Amino acid sequence: MKDFLLIYRMNYDAIPVGTPEQMAAMTKRWMDWIAEIAAKNKLADRGNRLATSGKVVRADNVVTNGPYTEIKESIGGYSMVKAGSYDEAIELAKGCPILSVGGNVEVREVSVL
Amino acid sequence: MKQPELIPHLFRTEFRKITAVLCKLFGIAHIEIAEDIASETFLRAIETWPYKGIPENPTAWLYTVAKNKAKNYIRRDQVFTGKIASQIKHTLSGIEEIEIDLSEQNITDSQLQMLFTICHPSISTEAQIGLALRILCGFGIDEIANALLTNKETINKRLFRAKDKLRTEKVKIEFPGAAEINKRLETVLTTLYLLFNEGYYSESRDTVLREDLCLEAMRLTYLLAENEHTSKPVVYALLSLMCFQSSRFEARKNANGEMILYQDQDETLWDQELISKGMYFLNISAQGDKISKYHLEASIAYWHTIKEDTHEKWENILQLFNQLLQIEYSPIAALNRTYALSKANGKAAAIIEAEKLGLTDNHFYFTLLGELYKGIDDDKARKNFQKALSLAKTQTDKQTIQKKIDIL
Repeated sequence: MKDFLLIYRMNYDAIPVGTPEQMAAMTKRWMDWIAEIAAKNKLADRGNRLATSGKVVRADNVVTNGPYTEIKESIGGYSMVKAGSYDEAIELAKGCPILSVGGNVEVREVSVL
Repeated sequence: MKQPELIPHLFRTEFRKITAVLCKLFGIAHIEIAEDIASETFLRAIETWPYKGIPENPTAWLYTVAKNKAKNYIRRDQVFTGKIASQIKHTLSGIEEIEIDLSEQNITDSQLQMLFTICHPSISTEAQIGLALRILCGFGIDEIANALLTNKETINKRLFRAKDKLRTEKVKIEFPGAAEINKRLETVLTTLYLLFNEGYYSESRDTVLREDLCLEAMRLTYLLAENEHTSKPVVYALLSLMCFQSSRFEARKNANGEMILYQDQDETLWDQELISKGMYFLNISAQGDKISKYHLEASIAYWHTIKEDTHEKWENILQLFNQLLQIEYSPIAALNRTYALSKANGKAAAIIEAEKLGLTDNHFYFTLLGELYKGIDDDKARKNFQKALSLAKTQTDKQTIQKKIDIL
């Protein structure tokens, strides 16, 4: 069993602000999906959401507003799952609710130091 | 109460108090001396009462005898005096002045401090449960062996090793400091939770004994809830869970000791007083900012006290299992979540999820699959139930599954 980081990305500017009911329904879909992974004993860490604003620190003390101005897409959150292979990790990622609203999931194997 | 019942009754309530107070006084290294003095006290009662009659205040009589025996022991045994008397915290101007405090307050404090000592991380959980039953609940070795479905030798060995370990680790009998209390409390609660479950799910035929185990676990949890050091939201959450679970005690087994599944239970047998206590404690437990697995399990148990099937009920149960699984995975939580999913979103959705759980060595897994396929594909339902039957170990489980096959 290896750890894989799931990185949730999407263009957060493009999301229409939903009604409270729609937001609640979306939260529920996330909960159901994460719990499905947990029910298979494949969840290593449910992770967290990230705030939409951020800073980027570059060389020579250059700090810019982030995350990245040159691309619209940004990281909205992350989770850690346990899987035997990339294929299995990808299978787990396929149910992610972010896919239904134009986002994507980056799957990265953790290379333990 | 007549004499034949009185002594066993007092043994159950007073043995543990005398042992806890004496052990607290002598230190964990001399736990057996504390037990011996408590046992000898009862032996004296058995020898004396039939001839001289029951004393006016039997409990006070026992305490006086225990105090005298303890003092005699200290006086008589030079080794003991040398080794232990110096450890006794009270200032010693003479043995006569040793205060053996059997007040209600000191009994409660000693029992709680012993609870922390017994639930020390250095000994295994099963040894913690055994010691708790012996020292804090006053169970005999026979009873412990019966309740834990093993034999006397195993229990004796287990207790001996555990006491030895506590001795060599020099575990102190005291409340853990503020910095440590939450961590240590976690271990104590785990042991009480398992002690309760031993009673609740035990295969032992002895119903009274099984109920006793649950009641003892509740009593000790209640002691924690009442004490200023330990009355934390998480303690109330566990207490609430225990109340909700035990409210179904009468309803979940029939006269032959066979299991009655939740949906077939007669809800008029559910104990409404325990249910309202459970709700009361659950409300108090909501004060903190941390949701423990006991909060979630208590909330799940609360929803189960409403018999009527509604979408709201099962959706709530589903979400609670969703949270529970993220805190701590267990196969049974995964299976129960899938059952809740079938109730909230339909069997078809649940089958897809269930097939992915892969708990292929677990008979509950195949029982669940059988339930889900029932009415959708009875042939598959039967195959799953048969698989479950071949994996089930206990007679009760086999009977339950066989019944499901028969009515298919």
